[in-house]
Amino acid sequence: MSDILLETRDLVKHYPVRKGVMQRTIGYVRAIDGVSFTIERGKTLSLVGESGAGKTTTASAILLLEQLTSGSIFFEDRDIYKLSNAELKNEYRPKVQSVQQNPWSSMNPRMRVRDIIAEPLVINAKLNKEDIRNRVLALMEQVGLMPEWADRYPHEFSGGQRQRIAVARSLALNPDLIVLDEPVSALDVSIRAQIMNLLKDIQDEYNLSYLVIAHDLATVRFMSHSVAIMYLGQIVEYADSEELFKNPMHPYTRALISASSISGPDEKDESIVLSGEMPSPINPPSGCRFHTRCIAAFDKCSVEVPEPRVFGTHYATCHLCDYEEGWITKSESKSV
Amino acid sequence: MNAVLEKTKQETHFTSGRLSWLTHIVKNLNFYIPITILTVLFLTAIFAPQLAPHDPIQISMANRLKPPSFLAGGSPEYFLGTDHLGRDILSRIIYGARISLSISFLVIAITATIGTILGIFAGYRGGRFETIIMRVTDVSNSFPPLLLALLLAVSMGPGFKTVVLALSILGWAGYCRLIRGETLKLRNADFVAQARIMGSSPGRIMLKHIFPNVVNPLLVIMTMGVGMLILAEAGLSFLGVGVPPPFPTWGMMVNEGRAEISRAWWMSAFPGLVIGAVVLSGNFLGDWLRDKLDPKLRQL
Repeated sequence: MSDILLETRDLVKHYPVRKGVMQRTIGYVRAIDGVSFTIERGKTLSLVGESGAGKTTTASAILLLEQLTSGSIFFEDRDIYKLSNAELKNEYRPKVQSVQQNPWSSMNPRMRVRDIIAEPLVINAKLNKEDIRNRVLALMEQVGLMPEWADRYPHEFSGGQRQRIAVARSLALNPDLIVLDEPVSALDVSIRAQIMNLLKDIQDEYNLSYLVIAHDLATVRFMSHSVAIMYLGQIVEYADSEELFKNPMHPYTRALISASSISGPDEKDESIVLSGEMPSPINPPSGCRFHTRCIAAFDKCSVEVPEPRVFGTHYATCHLCDYEEGWITKSESKSV
Repeated sequence: MNAVLEKTKQETHFTSGRLSWLTHIVKNLNFYIPITILTVLFLTAIFAPQLAPHDPIQISMANRLKPPSFLAGGSPEYFLGTDHLGRDILSRIIYGARISLSISFLVIAITATIGTILGIFAGYRGGRFETIIMRVTDVSNSFPPLLLALLLAVSMGPGFKTVVLALSILGWAGYCRLIRGETLKLRNADFVAQARIMGSSPGRIMLKHIFPNVVNPLLVIMTMGVGMLILAEAGLSFLGVGVPPPFPTWGMMVNEGRAEISRAWWMSAFPGLVIGAVVLSGNFLGDWLRDKLDPKLRQL
């Protein structure tokens, strides 16, 4: 195993659902339910899934924006929930930064670019004014912004430029891990590649780890070293990026990949269209949580919760993995 | 083609250069008119002793109810006429500016400060603190302000301090509600989450991220409050719990003129006009500020 930077173990976040005058708890929204993964130093892990799959909750937990119901997060082999407040403030927070999805709302509209990028330095570092000034200009240059723009307000920039500002800000503290929450989904398609290339260059230069949250598989494939597919608060498949796209095991992964991979007008559309909505996380389906929408589901799926099947570094949570021929054969044999 | 373009450019430049300051003022009349009125009134209040032609509380029964000098029977000595006790209306308006304006500005300063601080705390902190603050504002909003003023006047005696206190005790609630609402919107903004990720303390977030973003609505209702408070002060004077006579306030002057309205309309009309001018100026200035303060609309 290589150098593990961050590890999560069985993250669980349940939001109580309250009702009535007495605010009685009548149930829980199981936003995430047992999420475990590791992020290696200098590598990128992507969390993929539909809205409501729990990607953002997972990220919020790592960024300490949410208190977990249970589970633990290890950063450089230390349980961050056992760190003191001072240790968190000085040793964890500055090391884990984030770039948010929407560059139009992630900056205070009343601050100048100079102050936006300097803010993490002002809050955390012991630099003097002159050093902060120079650092800000160096960061701007690094992300491809003209230093003379430093006194502008965010609304004077385009989406791509704003995302560059956000990247510069997240780099200010020399973090080890940057959580990228849909870093390019709010941008024009023509700008996406630029930002993704910028992120990759920065990763190589500083040996940074990324946790990418995305639903766009093209982004994921380009950015990540490994991928975790989430469905209804759980990871259903986890593998190296190459392996996952070559050999997807879980029917949900296959549906996602097939829905995004039509490469030309002549190609026949064979995408697997999932019907229906994601079930309510208050009352998840019995057995395999995906069985209500799975095209290959059979009787066992609604009864028994599938255990993760491990194939080297690739693992999937699906009963079909037990069949050597794989899931297609099984579903065909069912329809015969 | 290029030459034509060049020529048009020059012409445009020429016109805009010659008329720029004039067009600027005409385009921004809803700023320049109210700000002029308020500035003039301010200066009047400050330099009242130098400006007032007469002693505002000097009674002269020989000169009662003189009409303004530009009407038949008016004396040039009393430009806006005299009241039922022979006091010069113009001088009373000039001195009245002192009390009326200082009451409204003082009250605005007090209520806006308290309301903003409590509103930001309630909105950002939430929880029990918020519940308590918001219930207190509910009580403030439902309590009849005149009744409170009367109670205070009885217990403290009427006067400047009583008026300021009476208007402040209930006035902060409006600010608090507004600012709390704005804070609630901002509390979940992405940039506030980002500040937390960067390690910002709650105090810093409230000061650097929330406060600057609630200044707009705050300034708008502060300017609009000028007019409202002058009217409120007038109301208190009407009930006799304002600043006691003979010191003139605009509201009291309107009320004194009420009894004589059929014989001497000028007694109420002129102070009424001044009140109207201030209220309108405040509202126009508030509108103008609201448009201008948005950095997205600011022309740089």
